[in-house]
Amino acid sequence: MDKTINNKAWFLVLPVFLLVAFSAILPLMTVVNYSMQDTFGNNQFFWNGVGWFKELLDPSTDLGGRFLASLWRNLIFSGVILSLEVPLGILVALSMPRGGWTVALCLVVLALPLLIPWNVVGTIWQIFGREDIGLLGYALNRAGISYNYVSNNLDAWFTVILMDVWHWTSLVALLCYAGLKSIPDAYYQAAQIDGASRWAVFTAIQLPKMHRVLLIAVLLRFMDSFMIYTEPFVVTGGGPGNSTTFISIELVKIALGQFDLGKAAALSLVYNLIILIVCWVFYTIMTNAGAERRPVEGGAQ
Amino acid sequence: MARIDLVDLAQSYHGNDADIESFALKPVTMTWRQGGAYALLGPSGCGKTTLLNLISGILTPSRGKILFDGADITKASTRQRNIAQVFQFPVIYDTMTVGENLAFPLKNRGVPRAEIDKRVAEIARLLDLTPDLNRKATGLTADAKQKISLGRGLVRSDVAAVLFDEPLTVIDPELKWQLRSKLKALHRELDLTMIYVTHDQTEALTFADTVVVMHDGRVVQSGTPAELFDKPAHTFVGYFIGSPGMNILSAEVKGREARIAGHTLQLSRSYDTLPAGAKIEIGVRPEFVDVAQPGPGLLDANIERVDDLGRIRFARVRVGDAKFAARLPAGFSPSGSAIGLKFNPANVHVYADSRLVEGA
Repeated sequence: MDKTINNKAWFLVLPVFLLVAFSAILPLMTVVNYSMQDTFGNNQFFWNGVGWFKELLDPSTDLGGRFLASLWRNLIFSGVILSLEVPLGILVALSMPRGGWTVALCLVVLALPLLIPWNVVGTIWQIFGREDIGLLGYALNRAGISYNYVSNNLDAWFTVILMDVWHWTSLVALLCYAGLKSIPDAYYQAAQIDGASRWAVFTAIQLPKMHRVLLIAVLLRFMDSFMIYTEPFVVTGGGPGNSTTFISIELVKIALGQFDLGKAAALSLVYNLIILIVCWVFYTIMTNAGAERRPVEGGAQ
Repeated sequence: MARIDLVDLAQSYHGNDADIESFALKPVTMTWRQGGAYALLGPSGCGKTTLLNLISGILTPSRGKILFDGADITKASTRQRNIAQVFQFPVIYDTMTVGENLAFPLKNRGVPRAEIDKRVAEIARLLDLTPDLNRKATGLTADAKQKISLGRGLVRSDVAAVLFDEPLTVIDPELKWQLRSKLKALHRELDLTMIYVTHDQTEALTFADTVVVMHDGRVVQSGTPAELFDKPAHTFVGYFIGSPGMNILSAEVKGREARIAGHTLQLSRSYDTLPAGAKIEIGVRPEFVDVAQPGPGLLDANIERVDDLGRIRFARVRVGDAKFAARLPAGFSPSGSAIGLKFNPANVHVYADSRLVEGA
């Protein structure tokens, strides 16, 4: 087959190129530009090379210390919510009905938290946790458990984590449920014949078959929790002190609070790079797992 | 190992109060003897798989009882029944190796390690899976996976019966033949009761010593391949088994005579008490009707085409409006389309409302 050479085809690509340029490349280049300069206002800029990056990655400086601390907070937060939401999501999916009208009911109830805007979720929990008028805060304090997310670090973390679990476990559950529904009945019948216990059915059939959706769920939840901003900002504003100041909150403080555009730009780029790397790692794992599984699924039919 | 008795067993997917004609399995009473090799033969949707799933306990029957060695196990779970079943499509446990897959049913029942290893090695040897024992089962071909499924069905030595639900559907024709003979050999070696569901008569007739034919939710005949061939109990068995199938013609039967299209056919038995008002037909296999030159005493027919099957030739003819198949004797070539049909009276059967009537 001979390919037709026609350079006019470039005109077809041009609109997309322009769109991407204006929506992604140019803004990103602006950030790169800021990250290498310093300014004292008046629209006067001075060349600073990789100075901001050096400072950012050196924990002994103020910027480096704040970045490292918020990075740790973010990693711990992501780790905790993943270790809660994934098992909980699997559990919810396993206990959902497999047929009948109750399925639709369960799906609607599960989807509700996912449909609420982030800052509304924040506001709900901000009020829910207040000790004077919030149901949670008031009930806990009346029950003799001292709870105040405004002044106590642990209580603040507890609230932020509980809020995220409440908001996003449904997503994991829905993905797992889709994975479970795709398992043919013959597998369960065979397991019954083979005398498998409930636990053996879970480890030998359900978990392996959910493997792919679980990877997607972990990726989505890691990304979202690593980039979290609105909900903790509304509930705790990053406090008490800096105890719930995650990277994005720190970034906004530096960029808009202190107006340190250079530092903020450098932090943005490093933040972006971390997310890209994690995405790439997950993508590689998923495609490898897919390549390993493909002949199987083709062969089974 | 057990004798399996079905007592008035029936299954409905539309509730127990539904019309009996809508039942997927109409009430059946029969016995499967210990150590038998059975084939459950019938077209798709005739209730074969339903019957199989009732025996294995995947389904609970709407009516009737199932007895294993006389003990009522109708309500018992699959696990308690100790049945093995192999499904149409391969089921393998993705995370396990071939060996672990084979060991799974034994491990779940707490069989000692040494015993498991021995059984797995033996089954792997019988199914030629030994070289793959330590491989992950996921990467194998559909054939190999189905062999693993078969192996899991056969690995327990104490099962009441092994049920096969069209297990060779996904297998290549060449390997199909090998595996079927292998199953037959395994049956002799392991002395297990085996029930093999299929819609393929060759598969049924080569595997089983007793073939159970099902039609429209009913067991219409159960017998050896020879019995099914020589004396079909139902016109369905007649034309479902054999190639070409049995010829069925409407007839008027009185005593030792049958009248078809104005011709009188002598029968070898006497039929004096035929049910009144029933639809009377005669059935005869093409192998027992010879084509000859038209002549007195022969049924007149017109030849339409000849199928040469190599060792034997069948003529497709028309008797009045009815289609008919008959054997062309070696060396005979008809002159023109008009021929006569010569019947072997001993092999002509009489059916009332599709069911065989025994003559006296």
